[in-house]
Amino acid sequence: MSENVLEVRDLHVRIASRRGTVRAVDGVSFEVPRGEAVGLVGESGSGKSMTLRAILGVLPPEAKVTSGQILLDGVDLVTLGSAELNRIRGPRLSMIFQEPMSALNPVMRVGRQIAEGPQVHLGHSRARAAERALELMHRVGIPDPERRFRAYPHEFSGGMRQRVMIAIALSCDPEIILCDEPTTALDVTIQDQILRLLAQLCRESGVSLVFVTHDLPVVAQVCQHIAVMYGGQLVERGDVREVLLDPRHPYTLGLVRSAPDFEYVRESLVPIPGSPPSLITPPAGCRFHPRCAFVEEDCRVTETPLRLLPGGRATACLHHERCREAVAADRARP
Amino acid sequence: MTAVPAGPDRPAGPAASPGPEAPGVPGAPGVPGTAGPLLAARGVSVFFPVGSQLVARLRHEERLLRAVDGVNLEIGRGETLALVGESGSGKSTLALALAGLRPVDHGEIQFDGRVLPASRSRADRRRIQMVFQDPYSSLNPRLTVGGMLRELLRVHHVVPRTEVDSYSEELLSLVGLDTGALSAYPRQFSGGQRQRVAIARALALRPDVLIADEPVSALDVSVQATILNLLRDLQGDLGLTLLLISHNLAVVRHLCDRVAVMYLGRIIEVAPTEQLFSAPRHPYTRGLLAAIPRLTESARDGGAPAIAGDPPSPLRIPSGCRFRTRCPIAQPRCEHDDPALAISPDDPRHLAACHFAFAPVPATSIADRDKEGPP
Repeated sequence: MSENVLEVRDLHVRIASRRGTVRAVDGVSFEVPRGEAVGLVGESGSGKSMTLRAILGVLPPEAKVTSGQILLDGVDLVTLGSAELNRIRGPRLSMIFQEPMSALNPVMRVGRQIAEGPQVHLGHSRARAAERALELMHRVGIPDPERRFRAYPHEFSGGMRQRVMIAIALSCDPEIILCDEPTTALDVTIQDQILRLLAQLCRESGVSLVFVTHDLPVVAQVCQHIAVMYGGQLVERGDVREVLLDPRHPYTLGLVRSAPDFEYVRESLVPIPGSPPSLITPPAGCRFHPRCAFVEEDCRVTETPLRLLPGGRATACLHHERCREAVAADRARP
Repeated sequence: MTAVPAGPDRPAGPAASPGPEAPGVPGAPGVPGTAGPLLAARGVSVFFPVGSQLVARLRHEERLLRAVDGVNLEIGRGETLALVGESGSGKSTLALALAGLRPVDHGEIQFDGRVLPASRSRADRRRIQMVFQDPYSSLNPRLTVGGMLRELLRVHHVVPRTEVDSYSEELLSLVGLDTGALSAYPRQFSGGQRQRVAIARALALRPDVLIADEPVSALDVSVQATILNLLRDLQGDLGLTLLLISHNLAVVRHLCDRVAVMYLGRIIEVAPTEQLFSAPRHPYTRGLLAAIPRLTESARDGGAPAIAGDPPSPLRIPSGCRFRTRCPIAQPRCEHDDPALAISPDDPRHLAACHFAFAPVPATSIADRDKEGPP
C-alpha cells in the first residue's frame, strides 16, 4: 500500500457550453496521504466541486475529463467503466453532500438506507446489515438508534440528517470520503458537532478525507493539508496552519483578509477587487493577475505552475515574497 | 450632495457619529432613556398556527409555533444592533414584525415613541426598510433597476418627478454601482452587485431604520467584505439605524455596537459587542462563541462540542428555562423557574436571562446528577 491513498495528477476537466469550452479544472495535482484530511478551498466557480465530482466519476454529461489521472491506490479511476466504478464507490470511495435532505431517499427508512451499502457491496444478509446500521448510527451519535432506525429522513433535524449521511458514507469502510461543503447548511453549534465527529472518525478509523469548502476556519478544524483553487487551477498548497497564517499567494492572502476574523477585529475588511476570471478565455499568465495588488510585468505573460517552496509547501505566485512582507506588515499593525 | 441628503424628514444632529456612547442610545431595554429609543418592541409575540386548529381545540391542546415569545428590544437612533441566533430562534420573524411585514399577536412596536398600528401608513412604512438574504429572489426579474427605483420613488413621492432619474443615479453611486446599471436587469448582475441594488432600493425611501436579514450569507467570502464595508460606511455617512440579523458572530463583531442573542423565540442576552464577546454571561452565548471555528484551533484535538444536542422544536418549548435541555450548568430550579432578562449589577447595558448569569456558576449540573444516577 502506498503512502497516498489518492493522487490527482494534472487533471483537466472541460465543459462544452454554447459560448465556448469552459476550462473548469485546468491542470490540478494534489495527493491525499492515508488517514489524513485535505481541504480544497475556493470561491464559487473555482473548480473545487468539479474536481470532487471528477474524482467520484459523477461529472455532468456536458463535462469531460480531457487529460490527467486520478489514482486511487494506484488504479486510475479515469480509465474505469461505470460497472467498475460502481464496485469502487461505496466500499473504497464515498461521498457526503451539502444538502442531506436532497441526498437521502425521502421514502425509505433511514436504517435501511444505511444498511443498503453493506448488503449490496459487502454481501451482508439483511439482518447483519441492519445490525451494522445500528452500530454506525450509534457511532455517529444518533441518539436512540433502535427507534430512529425506522424513522424517515423528514423526521430528522438537519444535523441528524448529516449524521445519517456520514453513517452511509462509512457503511462499507471506505478508504476515502469526499465531503462537499458538509456543514454549510448547518447552524454553528451543529457545525461544531459535525466537524468534531468527522475529525474523530478520521483519527479513529484511519479514513482519509477530501473536504471541499469556502470557509477557511472550517478547513482548519478538520484538515492537516490545504489546497487553494482559483480559476480552475491550484494556486497554493501546504500545511493548513502554515498556509492560513502565513499565505504565500496573494489570492490566499486576500481570502484570509476579507473574511471577518473572530480573533482580531480590523478597522475595515479588505475585499479582493474585481471578479473571478472567465474560464472560457482565462487571462494570460497568472490567472489572478488582473486582481492582484502585487502584479508585475512578468505576471501578465508567464505561465504560473505550482512551484515547491522549502518546507513542502507550494505556490503559483512568482512574487510570493511580497505576500510574506504583507503578512509581516499586517502583524506589525496594532 | 449625497444621494440621501438630510431632508426635512431626516433628523439633523449627531446621528452620524454612532457608537455605544452616542446620545439617544438607551442604557438598556426596559430602562427608560432620556432620549428614548427610535424603534422598540414591547412584549412582542408572533405565533404561527400549525396543523388543524379545530382538532387542537377539540383535544384542548395548543398547536402554536411560538416563533417570537414576548420580546422586549430597543434600538437607539444611529445605533447598529445585531440580532444573532440559530435557525428557528425567531430572529427573522422578529425582523419582519419590526418592519411591519408580519402582524404581531401580542405586544406592540413603537417608533420614535409612538405605537405603530397594525396596518401602517405609507409614511410609517417608509421609515423602516429591509434588505433580504437572497439577492436572487428578492429582486423582480422583470424590472430593470431603473424601473424598480422609478416605481418606488413615484409611489412614495420621495422626489419630484423631474428629479427621479438623477436621484436614482445618485443612489446607485452611493452603493458603488455605475449609472449604466439603471437599464440592466437583475440577472445581469453578480450576487454582490444584486445585493448592492437591494441596498439602493431600501435606501431610496430615505429610511431611518435599515433592517438587513443575513445580507451576506448568500455571497462569496471576498464579496461579503465589500458589502459589509458598504453597510458600515452607509451607516456612518447617513446616520442610519441598522438592525443586522446574522448567524455569523465574526460579522457581527466587525459591524455592530450592541448584540442581542435569541434562543427559541426569546432574547437571552443583550450587551455591548465587546462585552458580549469578552465576558458572555449566558451559557448559550458562551457555547455559541466557543462553537465558532477559528483559524488557530482544530477539532482534531478531540474536545467535546461546545453545545451538545439539537435545539428543541419551537412547538415543544421546554418548561422553565428554555435552554436547560442543552445547558451545561442546568440546575433543578431551571426545570420550572423561567429566568427573566435581568440587568447586570456591574453594567446596566448588559442583560442576561439565566439564574446564574450574575451569580456564582454552580459546579455541578443536572446532567452530572443524571450521570451519577438518582440521589
